[in-house]
Amino acid sequence: MSKQAILGAIRRSLGRDPRDSYLAQARLAEHPRGIVPERSRRDRAGQLALFQEQAEAVDATVVRLAALDEVPEAVADYLKRHNLPGDLRLAPDPELEGLPWADKAPMLTVASGRADPEDPTSLTGAFAGIAETGTLMLHSGPQGPTTLNFLPENHLVVLKASQVVGAYEEAWARVRAAYGPGALPRTVNFVTGPSRTGDIEQTIQLGAHGPRRLHILLIEDEPEAGAGEEGA
Amino acid sequence: MPPAATQVSATRATASEAPATKAPQNPRVALFVTCLVDFFRPSVGFATLKLLEQAGCTVEVPRAQTCCGQPAYNSGDRADTKAIAAQVIRAFAGYDYVVVPSGSCAGMLRKHYPALFKDDPELAAQAEDLGARTHELVSFLADVLKVKAVAGAFAGTVTYHDSCSGLRELGIKQQPRRLLKTLDGLTLTEMAEPEVCCGFGGTFCVKYPDISNQMVDAKAADVEATGADLLLAGDLGCLLNMAGKLKRRGASVEVRHVAEVLAGLTEQPGIGEGVRDRQARPAAE
Amino acid sequence: MDSTSRSFKDNAKTALSDAQLRRALDNMKEGFIAKRAKAAAKLPEFEALRDQARDIKNHTLENLDAYLELYADKVEAAGGTVHWCATADEARAAVVEICRSVGAKTVTKGKSMIAEELALNEHLEANGLVPVETDLGEYIIQLRGEPPSHIIAPAIHLNKEQVASDFRARHTEFPAERQLEEPQQLVAEARAVLRQKYLDADVGITGANFLVAETGSSIIVTNEGNGDLTQSLPKVHIVVASIEKVVPTLEDASAILRVLARSATGQEFSTYTTLSTGPKRPEDPDGPEQYHVILLDNGRSQMLGSEFQDMLRCIRCGACMNHCPVYHSVGGHAYGWVYPGPMGAVLTPSLIGVEEAGHLPNASTFCGRCEAVCPMRIPLPKMMRHWREREFERHLAPPAVRAGLVMWVFFAKRPELYRFATGLKAMVLGALGRQRGRFAWMPLGRGWTAHRDLPVPEGRTFMELYDERQRAPVRDGIVRALRRGPETERRDAAGERDAA
Repeated sequence: MSKQAILGAIRRSLGRDPRDSYLAQARLAEHPRGIVPERSRRDRAGQLALFQEQAEAVDATVVRLAALDEVPEAVADYLKRHNLPGDLRLAPDPELEGLPWADKAPMLTVASGRADPEDPTSLTGAFAGIAETGTLMLHSGPQGPTTLNFLPENHLVVLKASQVVGAYEEAWARVRAAYGPGALPRTVNFVTGPSRTGDIEQTIQLGAHGPRRLHILLIEDEPEAGAGEEGA
Repeated sequence: MPPAATQVSATRATASEAPATKAPQNPRVALFVTCLVDFFRPSVGFATLKLLEQAGCTVEVPRAQTCCGQPAYNSGDRADTKAIAAQVIRAFAGYDYVVVPSGSCAGMLRKHYPALFKDDPELAAQAEDLGARTHELVSFLADVLKVKAVAGAFAGTVTYHDSCSGLRELGIKQQPRRLLKTLDGLTLTEMAEPEVCCGFGGTFCVKYPDISNQMVDAKAADVEATGADLLLAGDLGCLLNMAGKLKRRGASVEVRHVAEVLAGLTEQPGIGEGVRDRQARPAAE
Repeated sequence: MDSTSRSFKDNAKTALSDAQLRRALDNMKEGFIAKRAKAAAKLPEFEALRDQARDIKNHTLENLDAYLELYADKVEAAGGTVHWCATADEARAAVVEICRSVGAKTVTKGKSMIAEELALNEHLEANGLVPVETDLGEYIIQLRGEPPSHIIAPAIHLNKEQVASDFRARHTEFPAERQLEEPQQLVAEARAVLRQKYLDADVGITGANFLVAETGSSIIVTNEGNGDLTQSLPKVHIVVASIEKVVPTLEDASAILRVLARSATGQEFSTYTTLSTGPKRPEDPDGPEQYHVILLDNGRSQMLGSEFQDMLRCIRCGACMNHCPVYHSVGGHAYGWVYPGPMGAVLTPSLIGVEEAGHLPNASTFCGRCEAVCPMRIPLPKMMRHWREREFERHLAPPAVRAGLVMWVFFAKRPELYRFATGLKAMVLGALGRQRGRFAWMPLGRGWTAHRDLPVPEGRTFMELYDERQRAPVRDGIVRALRRGPETERRDAAGERDAA
């Protein structure tokens, strides 16, 4: 059995006793935090500004909206501005499905579910936004088919200001709070800007296999946080 | 063409200006001359002596020195390296400092000797002790003796190549530049990638001549592109390599060890130049 | 993959005369090197993060058996399967067996260096499967039938004209008169071609940048999104990963991720970092139904506890080769096996033997730039030297090199004899070359003089001249004393001190 052969070889090389696993178990239980970059420690307005700045630096676009029900109009506007088709695939998330699509964006054709290869544009929620690198954290589940994050050419994401944290470690803390220790949804995606490649002469090209455009609709659900922000 | 080096009269860091924090007043310094300087360019050894004596050091040259052992060390011959290292440790015991006009050999003594004797506590302690007392020349002047300026002049434009060991093992980067800039008339111009290896690498350059050639050719092109009159570095191995390539390319740039210019000892022909080149140069001096 | 590392010198020679390759490699300066420096400068904690990354991995390696067991338990608890494979053969067989069990025909692949190490594509083809590389660079070299030349930029040795010509030859379904001059056009065409492959594939194979013991997750880091399509669309996801990829916790993975992209491409974070834990859950609308991890040893357990253990910290960012002047000169293919550059020079002899790969640790100037940028602070030059020591112990160095070294050591250990010999040689060479100052040719010196002149020694050794200088005052003093008497001698001595 290769399992025992490999573990035995490792133990022989390291000169370890097979029962010596308490250090490892302790680390998993404690999952200590190491150095967290100072840049992530700002007040809420500062974190939101950093998130936006970092996301834009990697070619994502960000629009700030005062409330969730402004999303349909903002989406319609975005698609029109970029000359994109009016077909929109929503994540099967009641919060997104329940938005006033028919009232506010009657020209769009809206459906929800996993991605069809022909879908030009998807709209999903997010689990968190991470300010230090302008990164979105999304995960699989009944309300989040992973294919929506990769198959369509345009990926639109609704992110609430209250979901924005400073550093990756804070996002993991929220994941543990939601799913329990040591457990994760099948897929957790960190997304930082649209798909890109540098494989041809090291020139950066967007839209290699995943989305060519990543547009983030940032909902200011923390009025006190957004207040101090200028020019956002 | 330049080296219009004038007589250097008062290079010494005066006692008031350079009281090294913990350096003795008149330190007793052993010069590790290095095999390449000994054989190819004794002028560098004398320039080193002059700089050290001007800075108030009493300099001795232990007779039992040959080489630091890198050729054996880098060829995987650990046993002979240890024998040579032990010889150096004995020969250089008891001095306040050991100064080396080479970042590569100084790095060998400082960083690699202690590692060689991991399994021999007594020699390990002696190697540590030697390592702590050993310094590359320019770093010794700038960092230990706190020399801020060298009096003297050099009319011309120079460019400086950072030799790998000095730069990455010993952190020598600004020290030579700062001291060079204190010479009257000297202009320092940087080449495109001063920190990239010249392709010498000890035995590498003869074991892999084609790759080494590609590297030194790129380096020579970078040097020529600066338009400098003079190329300087702190390691004779790199200098021999770069001078050899520059001469083969027909470049007119002169090549010298940084100590020669700092000490104002530039009467002898540049590295790879002969009496003929000297005579051919316009008598700008 | 068969190694051509033995013919490194010839490979290098061919590479050096390839003008197109020179141009392609020159792009690295503006690309990788400048961008990494900028990213490092932008994060004040970067150096401390490197220390931390090193420490995390050291701790993990010291407890590797424990973390692997904990990891495997978690994978299985999430419904995945771990295939422990001691050798490349076992790993290849396990992959083929999984593919057979689901009746697979087409297999899409995300970029994986372990798959290269296993020569997985050849093996899949030999078993009637059709592997399709989906990373753009890997796809291009698969079309060309070449191995990758860089661990994160597999097609870095090519320029866009070569890619365009390959696409024209192979993508015959597109109109012949189409425009393919710009990189964007090439990317769009590859996107269109590969889109269908993702959808057709029965099995998706990816590598793993990390395995997380805490959660049993595999992590892939990509920019294109190809890895995600590869692992989300087919019904089976196979991860091929080597044992040293494991890290303890999500925090540890994040800590190392902070140095990975910055070191690799100079990005603050790669576009996509994806954690996969088991197969799709019953309530998930998409995702693979099966999740397998091929956990490969292939010699790594033997590196533990040896002077090469530190190499197992490597996270395959490619910074060492990006900054290596030898890699810059010859490119990746010259190294002759899967892993090029400094990390390859250390790892390859561990995996295929120093007899086969002996050139690699020798082909370095020890300039130290690789270690200076390695995010995991792996002492690469030191380990290359250890390989040279192993080679030396086993008398694998060429006899001429050895003989030269023996002779040199003989003199270096005998200072008096050394001084005599060097003095004589310096005198002879100095006299011969004094006029010109350099030799264009030298017996036994072709390695040097084929490409550059050899500067002539000044003619006397330092030790000789210094001895003379030391003796001179004494000798002169005696002469003076005999001539002039004690009074004048004291005055002279005082004057001499002033002059000095």
